Amino acid sequence: MSSISVSDVSMVFKTRRGRVQAIDRVSLEIPDAHFACIVGASGCGKSTLLNIMGGLVRPTSGTVQVDGRQIHGPGTDRGMVFQSYTLFPWLRVRENVEFGPRLKSMAKEERRRISDRLLQEMGLADFARAYPKELSGGMKQRVAIARALANDPKVLLMDEPFGALDALTRAAAQRFLTGIWEQHRRTIAFVTHDIDEAIFLGDTVYTMTPRPGRLREVIPVDIPRPRTLDEFGTPRFGELKRHILELIIEHENRGVSQTAAAP
Amino acid sequence: MIGIWALVAYTRVAPALGVPNLHNPFFLPSPDTVAKSLYNMFAHEGFAHDVWASTRRIGLGFLISAAIGIPLGIAIGSFRIVQAFFEPIIAAVRYMPASAFIPLLIIWFGIYEKEKIAVIFIGVFFPLTLLIADVSAGIPKELVNIAYTLGASRWQVFWRVLLPASWPGVLDNMRIGIGWAWTYLIVAELVAASSGIGHVILSASRFLQTDKIIAAIITIGILGLLTDALFRWLYWFLFPYSERVSR
Ligand SMILES: Nc1ncnc2c1ncn2[C@@H]1O[C@H](COP(=O)(O)OP(=O)(O)OP(=O)(O)O)[C@@H](O)[C@H]1O
Ligand SMILES: [Mg+2]
Repeated sequence: MSSISVSDVSMVFKTRRGRVQAIDRVSLEIPDAHFACIVGASGCGKSTLLNIMGGLVRPTSGTVQVDGRQIHGPGTDRGMVFQSYTLFPWLRVRENVEFGPRLKSMAKEERRRISDRLLQEMGLADFARAYPKELSGGMKQRVAIARALANDPKVLLMDEPFGALDALTRAAAQRFLTGIWEQHRRTIAFVTHDIDEAIFLGDTVYTMTPRPGRLREVIPVDIPRPRTLDEFGTPRFGELKRHILELIIEHENRGVSQTAAAP
Repeated sequence: MIGIWALVAYTRVAPALGVPNLHNPFFLPSPDTVAKSLYNMFAHEGFAHDVWASTRRIGLGFLISAAIGIPLGIAIGSFRIVQAFFEPIIAAVRYMPASAFIPLLIIWFGIYEKEKIAVIFIGVFFPLTLLIADVSAGIPKELVNIAYTLGASRWQVFWRVLLPASWPGVLDNMRIGIGWAWTYLIVAELVAASSGIGHVILSASRFLQTDKIIAAIITIGILGLLTDALFRWLYWFLFPYSERVSR
């Protein structure tokens, strides 16, 4: 059982041009083995929220709990994957994957067993000795996912991990991640601004509105798994997409008509 | 190659265009005269000894600068406290021209090796340290953050992320720094020396031997190219993972 919850988190950045309220009293709870997607317009505070959950950013107020225990900073119970390629360029693929276990001074054979298994699953067994520069963008992100999983985290926090990929690679990566998730059954918080992606992947979609970043609505995705590409054409998918789009766009127009923002 | 051709073209064409004075072999001797005196200098005047003397000074001065500057620079770039303590001093001294220290250094160290090495040190150490501090401070934050989320302690982040991520930039700046070392060494040797390439240049100018001066300058150029090639090879050898290294 591993859940992650955010209680009443607010984040105010003090900048030269004044205070920016990036997040305003956000509370959410992602249950065990649940795939949660967080969507919202650019700048609405998705990354900030995820970094707070990861312990990389300390919130101005509020707390984050993993399995009911409050977190203070980053920890191996939460693995992270970012949009930018964050592989260590001087380490080979296998060494990247073994980075976490190595910090724990895990025995070599055991590390090897973990990385062998993960690289196999990621379809990267032949690239164990390659340097990151020799990989395509999609492969890099798979290594990054493997590296996060190597620590056996309770929760996986992903910030637009496929944002830099082209449409084809991206679709493949989404199906791939679904497979991984079905196998590993981790609790996942997945940030994206691609609504299709959020519906295709998530059990739940959390929508956020910007300035200040607030949680707008929590939408359960009632499309049964396993999901296939056909899902994109179904009426239910279209309905969900329109609903989520409205939640986000309605807010963008708030400046024009205030009344539209009423829930 | 193109460079040599350009030099030849210049010495041949410039006189035809009437560039003042340059047609006079006294001011700008022809390439073959320079080549001949370069040969003479090595064969009969013990120039190799001077080249070695200069190279040795560069080597020592640069090694000392790098041996202190690299760790200090990385520490300044990685740790706030170290930065607050050292950066202001180093930044200030960097603006003081090393050549202005020469008279003082002569009084402190005499006119022999120590003084030359001290001049190189002052000229190279301060800017090199700051450049290397910039390298370490510029390591992408995501790389550091991801290490923390993988369970690294501060110390582990330093040893396993900041250090390895800094090395390529460190080598790049060493390559730049050794160029400064040559500049300051020649200045130091022009002021006071009994051996070295700068000394040869100064003596030659007393006897108006422009061919020898140019031969000496070309020698410095060639040594510079060789050092550069060495650094490029080192980069290729040490950082096969770099995006810049193909093959
Ligand atoms: N370190 C910081 N200092 C000051 N302001 C910040 C900082 N980080 C984020 N912000 C501000 O907080 C707000 C939310 O930023 P955040 O990066 O979380 O948005 P996002 O939803 O991830 O956007 P995107 O979809 O473009 O990645 C923005 O207005 C941004 O300018
Ligand atoms: Mg973001």
